[in-house]
Amino acid sequence: MKPTTSPFRFMSPRQMGYSFNWVGRIGLAVIVFWALVAIFGPMLQPYSPGEIVDWDYFGPMTHQYLLGTDYLGRDVLSRILMGARYTVGIALVSVFLACAGGVVLGMVAAVIGGWFDMILSRLLDAFNGIPSLLFGLVVVAAVGSSIPVLVMTLAAIYLPGAYRFARALAVNVNTMDFVTVARARGEKTPYLILREIFPNILGPVLADLGLRFVFIVLVLSGLSFLGLGVQPPYADWGALVRENIGALSFGAPAIIFPSVAIASLTISVNMFIDNLPTKIRDRS
Amino acid sequence: MSNQPLVSIRDLKIGATTDAGRRVEIIRGVSFDIQPGEIVALIGESGSGKTTIALSLMGHTRTGCGIDAGTIRIDQHDVTAMSEAKRARIRGTEVSYVPQSAAAAFNPSQRIIDQVIEVTAIHKLLDRDAAEKKAVELFRALALPNPDTIGARYPHQVSGGQLQRLSAAMALIGDPKLVIFDEPTTALDVTTQIEVLRAFRSVMEKGGMAGVYVSHDLAVVAQIADRIIVLKSGEIQEEGTAQQILDAPTHPYTRELLAAFEPVPHVPLDVPQDASRQPILEVRNLSAGYGPVRNGEPAAKILKDINFRLQPGKNLGVIGESGSGKSTLARAISGILPPYQGEVVVNGVVQEPSLAQRSKEQLRHAQIVFQLPDTALNPAQPIGAILARPLRFYHNMRGAACEARVIELLDMVQLPAALRHRLPGELSGGQKQRVNLARALAADPKLILCDEITSALDTVVGAAIIELLKELQRELELSYMFISHDLSTVEAICDDVLVMYKGEVVEALPAARMSEDARHPYSRLLVSSVPKLDTGWLAGLEQDPELIARFANR
Repeated sequence: MKPTTSPFRFMSPRQMGYSFNWVGRIGLAVIVFWALVAIFGPMLQPYSPGEIVDWDYFGPMTHQYLLGTDYLGRDVLSRILMGARYTVGIALVSVFLACAGGVVLGMVAAVIGGWFDMILSRLLDAFNGIPSLLFGLVVVAAVGSSIPVLVMTLAAIYLPGAYRFARALAVNVNTMDFVTVARARGEKTPYLILREIFPNILGPVLADLGLRFVFIVLVLSGLSFLGLGVQPPYADWGALVRENIGALSFGAPAIIFPSVAIASLTISVNMFIDNLPTKIRDRS
Repeated sequence: MSNQPLVSIRDLKIGATTDAGRRVEIIRGVSFDIQPGEIVALIGESGSGKTTIALSLMGHTRTGCGIDAGTIRIDQHDVTAMSEAKRARIRGTEVSYVPQSAAAAFNPSQRIIDQVIEVTAIHKLLDRDAAEKKAVELFRALALPNPDTIGARYPHQVSGGQLQRLSAAMALIGDPKLVIFDEPTTALDVTTQIEVLRAFRSVMEKGGMAGVYVSHDLAVVAQIADRIIVLKSGEIQEEGTAQQILDAPTHPYTRELLAAFEPVPHVPLDVPQDASRQPILEVRNLSAGYGPVRNGEPAAKILKDINFRLQPGKNLGVIGESGSGKSTLARAISGILPPYQGEVVVNGVVQEPSLAQRSKEQLRHAQIVFQLPDTALNPAQPIGAILARPLRFYHNMRGAACEARVIELLDMVQLPAALRHRLPGELSGGQKQRVNLARALAADPKLILCDEITSALDTVVGAAIIELLKELQRELELSYMFISHDLSTVEAICDDVLVMYKGEVVEALPAARMSEDARHPYSRLLVSSVPKLDTGWLAGLEQDPELIARFANR
């Protein structure tokens, strides 16, 4: 392949260094698939997710009910399509809240340093010591379960980890000469964190975001499994597993497919972030 | 077989695969011989392939590189044709290696003696007692203090110069026929360097070993090498005896290297000097340090009671060895490290101690440029954005005016305007340092604090930066405070020089007459320790041992 010599190069992703391998592409494809399902799922539902369509429960996969029926005889496919919106939506909002909060606080702590850093770090460390499911249980039990409460709880659980991660990266960047130059120029904290530090920790932070998304999906499913997540008649994937736990002994599709949905989403996110394009991954 | 050279390299070609998957040639057909007992120096700039050749003598290449063609023969062994296991067998016994950074080459958690005699254990040459005895002999030959007990220490318990000599002992213990020295004194202070060079030379002479000495510093090489090979981009430019290369270089590139070494005498700027003129920078009783502050004084006091004045249009050099506090001085003046005592007066205005208290206008007048061009530019911002920021910050310049000024600044530091679209990672070291300067100039400062700005650059590139500084000074009436450990660069640009030792200014001298006027014993030691371009300099050098004991931290 001959490199183009024209000064006006239109670079393909590969030439820009943004290409990535097949494992990552498969991961991305599955993520995009679930994202589309979360957006367009309700339009594709063959039946209303709450409607009891079959007198038989834990029915097998048939042409009529592609993924079988659940413990009340509802269509599992429709319920999974509905659950995607809850699982993906709640997890996405919480992960963005957790990472945005954690990264901003982490960078501010690294730049300001001193007492501010010390107090904030110890505070969040202490918070980090509370087991996540237990914390979720207590909050939901105290305030009651609603989607905003779930989102805030999950964000609060994962904020200290994001803070730790971002602070560790930002402390390293903060000691670089270009930050010292900006400081000597008289720049204030917002400029320092936004323009000097953030672009240089972006790659690892994105990887961390993906990882945290997976954890949040799992905790959300765990909470729903315990009956503290999304409340009936609506259900996320964790709740679908709980509802149909009785099907475990029959090996009915009603329990297999919600579990497969959770596994495929979390594994594909992992596959994707492990194979991020080198240019993003190796930025710092 | 007596006439056969110890080492012969024929038509060596080494290639590397880049990240983009392209194959590039690093070494392009190099051939040379080394006679038994001869020391050959490989000299060239960074990227010339000198270290790559030296490593290939052990059959080793860095990750991603590989020997593509050619042969390397050491004594009876054809290194290029050997299996990796066989190569491992000759490493340490036939050929050994002294790395640039001894501190990185020693395992910090093991005693020195265990690491030095490891080679004899791997190759099953000697039993432990005999090996230790031999190590102590080597320590003695390398003029290490307390040769009997120094091995029992850990690497952090000896000084940098000592550690470098200990790593030579590690290389010599297997009685190799060829020793490779990879810039072993580059990271050392000048006063330390002399002792290390002396030790290397005497031990090599006694052992009758052949050596390859990799360096970028002609003056150092002149002291130790019999023959010099000048390299540039993987090709031999010139080969000759040390004397011939220094006295009668034939290749233009060699002449360029030598010319960069000769300091161009500094012509002071013709500015009216009278006592009534306000100094651009005045420092009074300045003290600064690091660590927790108790009773208004920090735990580790670095600078003690510094006083000096710098007139506008003049340049002040600050010299001293590592740990003398010269960089701390620049940081204290710029406010990055607030001093706890004394005051800094820039252009007649007393500066607040810390950055946060200083006004934008105060900060604008004094700009600082750092040593390492790689870390001083934000790798995520294109050059144009890096230069535009101070324009916007100090002068509130935007849009087309800002863009035009960025191009003008790049032109001032002799860089093409198209460079503004690139990221720092796509620039060479010299270009990055020019961008650093341009960023300082963007503030329209009166004073630029230069903290070792040429130290990380090649000699020729560094000399060009010095020329640029002089030119900018003529055009913009700047003043520089020029911090360096390299006396010849200071001589090339400064009017006056402060000699620093352990956080104090021991003497102020006119730069042009440093060697004649130095009175303080430490400045005399420092001046006399700078290697000269003369093969007999080290042999003829006589220094007062008492002085050395007092001031050199070996």
